[in-house]
Amino acid sequence: MPSAQDVKQRIETAIPGARVDVTDLTGGGDHFRATVVAGAFAGMSRIEQHRTVYAVFGPEIGGPIHALSLETRAE
Amino acid sequence: MSETTENPIREAIQEALTEHPVILFMKGTPERPMCGFSARTVAALEALNAPFAAVDILPDPRIRQELSAISNWPTIPQLFVKGELVGGCDIVTEMYETGELAQVLGVEPPAAAPGEAPVAAEPGAPPLQPHNNLT
Repeated sequence: MPSAQDVKQRIETAIPGARVDVTDLTGGGDHFRATVVAGAFAGMSRIEQHRTVYAVFGPEIGGPIHALSLETRAE
Repeated sequence: MSETTENPIREAIQEALTEHPVILFMKGTPERPMCGFSARTVAALEALNAPFAAVDILPDPRIRQELSAISNWPTIPQLFVKGELVGGCDIVTEMYETGELAQVLGVEPPAAAPGEAPVAAEPGAPPLQPHNNLT
């Protein structure tokens, strides 16, 4: 099970310059909430911004990561 | 649905997307959402009195698999308006709060100023506004 810190680091690595805040909602390592603010999101719709973050985890979303609740903003 | 096809589930989903201008793919039903995220999304739609069709994805894992392949979106719920993915729980809730959801759905925004998201019933708890939108 990933920790909130793991999730944060993976998003930051995949989206350079992103400011990421992650909370483990249940403490169980499978329900997270992330706030991601990134320059790379400029010009993207919300859907595209969320897809970009989901893409970091691929099939883990819906698998070991049951839920990743997102709030995204362009820098 | 009478003929056999290569991928009947995918075709059924695409048909449903064409047929229903507002359709929510969710875990459980609007009366008995089986997941907090689905419950919250239903609550936002019901707070706007927006008519919507709902599909429970739980009975067959292939529904979710095909849906996500079509929408390029990994999680449930998924709200579609006129065949286009609007978003999941987070986006729908955010759009409810900003008033964009009412706009997209073509309904009156809530009488009160947008602010707090509607309170979702806990999974399994009786919903506040029982309303069958399954078709």
